[in-house]
Amino acid sequence: MFSLEGLTNFIHEWLNGHLPATFALLVEFVIVGVAAIGLFAVLGLGLVWMERKVAAVMQIRLGPNRLGPKGIFQTSADTVKLIMKEALTPSNADKFLFNLAPFIVIIVAMLILVPIAFARNFQIWDINIGVLYVTAVSSLSVIGILMAGWSSGNKYSLLGAMRSGAQIVSYELSAGLSIISIIVLTGSLKISDIVASQENGWWIFKGHIPAIIAFVIFIIAATAETNRAPFDLAEAESELTAGFHTEYGGMKFALFFLSEYINIFIVCAICATLFLGGWMPFHIGSWTAFNHIMDYIPSSIWFFGKTIFLIFVIMWFRWTFPRLRVDQLLNLEWKYLLPISMFNVLLMTLMAIMGWHF
Amino acid sequence: MFEEIGTTEEGDLIINVGPQHPATHGVLHLVLTLNGEIIKKVEPHLGYIHRSIEKMCESLSYRQFIYVTSRMDYLSAHINNHACALIVEKGLNVEVPQRAQYIRVIMDELTRIASHELWWSAMSMDLGAFTPYFLAFREREKINEIMEETCGARLTMNYMVPGGVMTELHPDFQEKVKSFIVDFKKTLHEYDELITGNVIFQNRMKGVGYISKEDVITYGCTGPVARASGLRSDIRKIAPYDVYDKVEFDEIIETGGDCFARYQVRIKEMSQSIRIIEQLIDNIPEGDFQAKTKAVLKLPKGEFYQRVETARGELGVYIVSEGAAQPYKIKFRSPGFSNLSALDHMVRGHKIGDFIAAMGTLDLVIPDIDR
Repeated sequence: MFSLEGLTNFIHEWLNGHLPATFALLVEFVIVGVAAIGLFAVLGLGLVWMERKVAAVMQIRLGPNRLGPKGIFQTSADTVKLIMKEALTPSNADKFLFNLAPFIVIIVAMLILVPIAFARNFQIWDINIGVLYVTAVSSLSVIGILMAGWSSGNKYSLLGAMRSGAQIVSYELSAGLSIISIIVLTGSLKISDIVASQENGWWIFKGHIPAIIAFVIFIIAATAETNRAPFDLAEAESELTAGFHTEYGGMKFALFFLSEYINIFIVCAICATLFLGGWMPFHIGSWTAFNHIMDYIPSSIWFFGKTIFLIFVIMWFRWTFPRLRVDQLLNLEWKYLLPISMFNVLLMTLMAIMGWHF
Repeated sequence: MFEEIGTTEEGDLIINVGPQHPATHGVLHLVLTLNGEIIKKVEPHLGYIHRSIEKMCESLSYRQFIYVTSRMDYLSAHINNHACALIVEKGLNVEVPQRAQYIRVIMDELTRIASHELWWSAMSMDLGAFTPYFLAFREREKINEIMEETCGARLTMNYMVPGGVMTELHPDFQEKVKSFIVDFKKTLHEYDELITGNVIFQNRMKGVGYISKEDVITYGCTGPVARASGLRSDIRKIAPYDVYDKVEFDEIIETGGDCFARYQVRIKEMSQSIRIIEQLIDNIPEGDFQAKTKAVLKLPKGEFYQRVETARGELGVYIVSEGAAQPYKIKFRSPGFSNLSALDHMVRGHKIGDFIAAMGTLDLVIPDIDR
């Protein structure tokens, strides 16, 4: 009902009716690419605006309220300003790496967008190793950050990049293990299969306590992986001024900034897909009437609703928690989260074998 | 390659924190010698905001020099002025009317609360929590409004003059202070909920930046820094001035000596300040707000010293008078300077994050260190 499937089918049929199959495919590629970049820009602008408004609510102020209704065009105006700014390269910097770094970070963020299911049958590529692909590609962004920190020729940047390297590599482990604990239940890495397996209830409800533990660990690890407060040690304004992107200005900085928000969207989308059923409406076992009513809400709204709720949670963290220290950050991962999530995977496996889940 | 990024031969990383840095809250310049994330040495470089206030004071009359002192520790402007007013009164043997004494103490304590609130917000921001900044500034704004009504200024009030206070209180003063107290008692609880009980915050603070009682004495630390290490150093108790001997309040002593102890001292001091104001606000006696003094004040020949408790610690004013209308020599003993000198001792062997936390709990105001 109201899914975006009809739209994609219509475009596909229309193109194939007017063009040879090869050209039609090429045109589809271009459309998908443009749509992905468009979504990228809209998400970036939207999430920055949302962050400002969330911060404003938590801090008893109004937030942007001048440009457009509720200030929604404020971020667009900021983008124009950043584009107009001169893209400086410090004389100390390794120029090639310095200029390459923001693009690596943004390309990685774009690549992870590929297997995410935005609505029923609305997905760029339903790759059969979907979740594995996401974890594999997301670990590449650390290369861009290390590159930016190293090539800036600034000691603050270097410290920030090294912190970020240690942090992202560590937290990927528990994020990966949390994902595995859901994979154990679904038996498939394909995103569409994972969503389909939650038709009669989301995994966070069906998977008992291990699923909830995995969910909490995934949220923590996702916050750390995206370098967000309270794990924003790579930036840490009060310690390292701006960490790895101290020397970046104008659009190069904007790319880092944008990729941060896209990464938040992606981790929240993955979390929503794994634990909260992706675009799947809220279904309760055999309550057919209730399930039908829930089906009337479009699947894209379910997906974006869940994702934005999780993004809100992550923003909530940022505006209420102080920052961790670098050794506490690594202690938390290696001494607490990793052992817990390892044990959790075992528990989940046992549960899956015995068939204790719903 | 290593030379390019500025490490020394021993492999140490030298970082300049400041003069422009988000955590120094002013133009403080600290040179950090690091081994990776571990701090080996902290070296403060002063002089970026030196305005030679002491020399300026020597060319101003005893009525005028008080105004300059508002610009030293601008968060305790009232208390600085109070110290200067007291020393002139001491030299001239002026009897200050009771009403003026009450007003002065109330103003001092309001200033102390405002200062501690600003410290709380700035320190939380150093630790990466942004929301406290806005919460504390909301309450501080109320104090600023009270100050603005009575003194005409929000930051550098110049309200204390030799012999009393400059003007009569605003008619709304008592009412506004009382409603502030009611609000503030609620928000103090909010502060604890937001930050004090937070696990991350406690882990960042406990056991960090330890300084023992002996070292506090060695470095000459005063105020909350000294009291957090168990040293009784509240001038309001040791050498009471004005009506501090008539009010009941506790000198907050913690024995932890770490950042968390310093944090607790300041948070508890705020409620003690409220306690002092509550005792005085309804009992301000009628009478003059200023004693009759001569048009030109001349301190007798000799040396004078007066100390007061500012929000940061002991502020001492030392005047050498030759009997002229200006002081011959003036010297301020600022609390921030001695507290800063203990920073190196506190953070050696700690990480950069700890250094920021320790600096936050020292509550440094740079114009106070660098007069």
